[in-house]
Amino acid sequence: MTKNYLKLQFYSLPRNQAFARDAVAAFCLELNPSLSDLSDVKTAVSEAVTNCTVHAYKGNLGLVTIECEIEENSLHIKVSDTGKGIADINQAIQPFYTSAPSDERSGMGFTIMQTFMDEFKVNSIQGEGTVVYMSKSFKAEVENA
Amino acid sequence: MVVTGYTKNKILYISLSGEMDECASQAARAKCDKLIEDNLSVSKIVINLSDVAFMDSTGIGFLIGRYKKAAKLSIPLYVDKPNFAADKILNLSGIYSLIPKAE
Repeated sequence: MTKNYLKLQFYSLPRNQAFARDAVAAFCLELNPSLSDLSDVKTAVSEAVTNCTVHAYKGNLGLVTIECEIEENSLHIKVSDTGKGIADINQAIQPFYTSAPSDERSGMGFTIMQTFMDEFKVNSIQGEGTVVYMSKSFKAEVENA
Repeated sequence: MVVTGYTKNKILYISLSGEMDECASQAARAKCDKLIEDNLSVSKIVINLSDVAFMDSTGIGFLIGRYKKAAKLSIPLYVDKPNFAADKILNLSGIYSLIPKAE
């Protein structure tokens, strides 16, 4: 019965990372998430958006699009860019793999998205962009008697 | 992100406060490294995370970077009081084997 939709589009500026994760967190508040679930969502969104800034557009200005959909007690998130794309997705999602080791990158971004969300998928075409899909279901809040 | 530090009994205590993401990390790195460079005679460094309200994987990269810097100077590094969410990320990364929690 619950259905809701949000679309956000913004420049890939580092200062928009906090705005993006906070906006998505605020949007999913209607699902009464636990603090731990809310923190997981914020972190996963932060990872996806940071990838757009750091990798997809490599510091150049581009557009990041986030679409969120609430369906029953689930939150579906799609983060897309039109940046350079990922050459080898299997390699990119390996824990600790980073294409920029000199920048103190942990290589844990995709691992965190995978671990913190229930569903995770990434599609990418080189030269065209990358789309990350993530979903999380929230446990129905137990009403106080 | 606010970075503050003080020394006591030859220990450098560094406190981070705010949100640790890619946007905040560069300035935090510079301030943290300055504190380390200004206190080379300490016997250990403790980074207090209790006021870090948010942390993504940038925090892992940040801590490993400071670990490498401290290791070159033969100074052991510890983290203290990560909140629940930061602890989850740090556990996932296995970083505690390099940078243990302070007792």
